[in-house]
Amino acid sequence: MTDPSDVAHGEAPDNGAEAPVTAPETGAEERRRLHDVWMSGTEAPTRSGHFTSEAGQEMLEEEEGAVLAQQRGTLVSDDYLDDIESDDDERQILNMGPQHPSTHGVLRLQLELIGERIIRAKPIIGYLHTGMEKTAETLTYMQGSTNVTRMDYLSPFFNELCFSLATERLLGVDVPPRADAIRVLMTELNRVSSHLVWIATQGMDIGALSMMIYGFRDREPILDFFERTTGLRMNHNYIRPGGVAADLPDGWRDDVVSIIDLVTKGVGEYEGILNANPIFIERTQSVGVITPEECDAYGVTGPIARASGVDWDLRKAFPYSGIDQYEFKVPLGRHGDTFDRYIVRMEEIKQSLGIVAQVMDSMPDGDWRTGDRKVTPPPRARIDQSMEALIHHFKLFTGGFGVPAGEVYQAVESPRGELGMYLVSDGGTRPYRLHVRGPSFANTQALPVMLTDSLIADVVATLASVDPVLGDVDR
Amino acid sequence: MMGFLEDLLGNVFWQAVIKSVAVLVIILVVALLIVWVERKIVSDMQNRVGPMRAGPFGVLQTLADGLKLLFKESVLPRKIELGAYMAAPIAAMVPAFLIFMTIPIGRPFTVGETVVTFQGADLNVALLFILAMSSMAVYSIVLAGWASGSKYPLLGGVRATAQMISYEAAMGLSLVPVIMFASAQLGGASPALGTMSMSQLVELQQGSFRGFIPGWFIFWLIPSFVIFFISAVAETNRAPFDLVEADQEIVGGYHTEYSGFRFAMFFLAEYINMFNVSAIAVVLFLGGWLGPDFGLPGWIAWAMPLFWFFLKTFILVFIFIWIRATLPRLRYDQLMTLGWKRLIPASLVWLLLFAVVTAWRRFGAPWS
Repeated sequence: MTDPSDVAHGEAPDNGAEAPVTAPETGAEERRRLHDVWMSGTEAPTRSGHFTSEAGQEMLEEEEGAVLAQQRGTLVSDDYLDDIESDDDERQILNMGPQHPSTHGVLRLQLELIGERIIRAKPIIGYLHTGMEKTAETLTYMQGSTNVTRMDYLSPFFNELCFSLATERLLGVDVPPRADAIRVLMTELNRVSSHLVWIATQGMDIGALSMMIYGFRDREPILDFFERTTGLRMNHNYIRPGGVAADLPDGWRDDVVSIIDLVTKGVGEYEGILNANPIFIERTQSVGVITPEECDAYGVTGPIARASGVDWDLRKAFPYSGIDQYEFKVPLGRHGDTFDRYIVRMEEIKQSLGIVAQVMDSMPDGDWRTGDRKVTPPPRARIDQSMEALIHHFKLFTGGFGVPAGEVYQAVESPRGELGMYLVSDGGTRPYRLHVRGPSFANTQALPVMLTDSLIADVVATLASVDPVLGDVDR
Repeated sequence: MMGFLEDLLGNVFWQAVIKSVAVLVIILVVALLIVWVERKIVSDMQNRVGPMRAGPFGVLQTLADGLKLLFKESVLPRKIELGAYMAAPIAAMVPAFLIFMTIPIGRPFTVGETVVTFQGADLNVALLFILAMSSMAVYSIVLAGWASGSKYPLLGGVRATAQMISYEAAMGLSLVPVIMFASAQLGGASPALGTMSMSQLVELQQGSFRGFIPGWFIFWLIPSFVIFFISAVAETNRAPFDLVEADQEIVGGYHTEYSGFRFAMFFLAEYINMFNVSAIAVVLFLGGWLGPDFGLPGWIAWAMPLFWFFLKTFILVFIFIWIRATLPRLRYDQLMTLGWKRLIPASLVWLLLFAVVTAWRRFGAPWS
């Protein structure tokens, strides 16, 4: 049992000095070994031999102990359990999802249970696969952000931002300072709204039903603001290569001020309900622990990694859109459990609101898209006056603009971690290949490490604290 | 007319029939009301409006839902054990009704020669009967979980066995001081005097202490009341102890595979049980139907005890609902820890303490 107060102040100093990180005594090596055994289906894993691209889906058939290894693909049958000569009568396989109420969409977890204790867990994904990466190859760069915005549907601005930054880097285009400021404003507000959905579902999944309504209630004005700015509550297609689609609406400062007030008040309320609640603390502390080493090994990023003490935030490490000119701190946890993730995310909400306030105070004037006519359509007035402008506009929106051949990896710090896009151009008007490194995907693959040896009730608590968006996992 | 009623109530058999029907009607109406009250209160606490369409303020919503469930197809899953699957919902409803039969909800009145009690049956072992019946209610859940032939209900059933049995112990222990106190109230040095009859327990709480504090048992037995109430929440599978049907974890627990009116029976039984334990707490600790009638005339004075009983009970029901809207759910092992390591030792210590004090007061100091 840990004292919550020492977590709340676990922020990294801005100079990048190491915060005191102590790996908790969780038997990390043993769980890692179990995980490897499970992944490979043998006691002595030979990573090259059994690690296929399908990883957990493909396991060897007849290994004793590894009951899950008998399942192939997604075909599920546990009839063979009857044939196992064993004293473990209570061993069973439980399919959690894809229609389970708290698997956050269509994640499916196969759990091997003894009683209610989980000895193995296996996330199975793909139920929301829509081939967005392939679709991106058939869309022009201008249409591209319409496509990527649908991946992580809780933080669409980050997808758009990442795609736009990648395209701009290939193009060698600089966006004006106002566009950068708007991008930071929208993405940080988006981080707040995404974290509000997380607190809502985290509360609901451990049984505090009122939290769900509170979280969604406070997210509403943010979405209203998005709608006023971009026309839609989600899937905005607002951040585009070359800038943003439109300027901020009149009176946006009032909206943002009221959002900051409301969310600050709301966060205070949540902390009042949850921070000192013994049941909440019991349910979250020492639950779903992941160590910094395991975070490294599985590519876990974002609040989960920071909750275990990994001081890694792309906004500090590789600043984008001029976010380094604003002051904010990166909250760090120590124990890597669900409670620390809660503390870290709550603190991130506050820091993001701080950034939003700074952006609001220092919003530069000027154009909100680049003056480069290669990527920016001519202004509306010019189209009425000039035939060339009309043709230019027509060409830009039918054929799109060409992007110099090359490849680029661009990453942004989405609310779930490192969202990266690897963009390859062959010089045409459409990407040759777009690969997305979804943060939810990497975080979900670490679920077995966090879940092994816990109870069913911990599964939902841990899953909610990982906060996967299945649109981002499957794409 | 009056003569006919007199004859009817004078006949033991017809009196019992009338009372049984009355209990059935009251309990169903109350259950429908509680569901509506809960939805309204919870929605108010969560910035929603709750049911609004059916009837004024949506008061008929539960009735509409119930009718809908009544007309729904009852899906029978393939892997069920048919007999037990059918029996489980009935086994849930019956104890709920039987418990309410023993609870006095108003002051007895006379029709002609006959004294009619506002009570289904005045058992002299009512407390034991109630404990036995609430143990029976566990069977319905275990049966439902086992007979559904599905894994989530099975987990719910397994949770139910452990949870309800261990909280049964704490609940029973917390009631022992009540019986001891009642026997001390009945007085005399004769230890043979004592009662477990609900109506007698209510009558013992008449009068007041120093003129303004009512003579309710709660003022002497607060620890018992607290332990009883916590165990009652667990016993009725209400949040934060609703592990048996934790829908975020095991979908619906024992009633996952039930549909139509069989599901409605489980649903109603849960709310009836909530009302029952509140009513038991009111009878044992809060003076039952006792309360001032302000010298009001005629039938109003006659109805005042009913009013006080339902008011007190609904206040406790409100606390149930309030807890549900506030607290997260406990985990399985934490629930067992709370039951076995906190509540049962606490009730044992309280029982010992109370026994010593009572004996001291009755028989004097051991050295005297």
